[in-house]
Amino acid sequence: MSRRPYIRPVSTTGWWLSEGLYFRYMMRELSSLFIGAFAITLIVGFYRLSQGGIEFEAFTAALLGPVGTVFAIITLVFALYHSYTWFQVTPKAMPIVLAGKRVPGFIIVAAHWVGFAVVTVVVWLLAVAR
Amino acid sequence: MARSHKPIVWGLFAAGGTVAAFFLPVLMLLSGLGITFGLLPGDFLAYENVYALLQHPLVRLITFGVLLLTVWHAAHRLRITMHDFGIRADTFVAVVFYSIAAASTVVLALALIRI
Repeated sequence: MSRRPYIRPVSTTGWWLSEGLYFRYMMRELSSLFIGAFAITLIVGFYRLSQGGIEFEAFTAALLGPVGTVFAIITLVFALYHSYTWFQVTPKAMPIVLAGKRVPGFIIVAAHWVGFAVVTVVVWLLAVAR
Repeated sequence: MARSHKPIVWGLFAAGGTVAAFFLPVLMLLSGLGITFGLLPGDFLAYENVYALLQHPLVRLITFGVLLLTVWHAAHRLRITMHDFGIRADTFVAVVFYSIAAASTVVLALALIRI
């Protein structure tokens, strides 16, 4: 008898395109590409700032130009998706038990969004009110 | 028990993911999009203004902490994602991404010291 088990052919590079769940998983993982690129862009900006005014103005001109703006918008979408997915798993990553009862997951997620709003407002005010 | 560097990179990954989730959207608004959307004055990113802003110790601390952890978070997640794309040369991938993260950390520290 032949013993050659059937192995379903699966693409090792494009498997995540076959199903919505896999695609959302990959978008979550790929958010790190845009988040990392944004962080390195800011680090380059600080390096330019440390070099002097002319270097920094050239950097901000590119940042505010069409390419920089498109990159920033894509990056913001991925960053918000990262925040959403990160907060969404917090009830599983750190379940909270109060008085012997498990705190419902949606409350933990909502608390993180409240924290997100507070951080956003405080950092904004810190940067704008100088 | 054998010692491993795994808890260190995983700790950086988790801390970076948390910090990025809370801080990055507002930092993106402050570093360009806010001007594009008309929420901030056009000279908000002028050299003198950003330079003055970075003299504040709290601003320097947030900047350094958020960017450092974000870079290590991204490096670790991209390393794992390369495996998902069918790339099995994990040691090579790890060296590449962690080196980029380490270089970014050094450049960031040097820039902030000089500003």
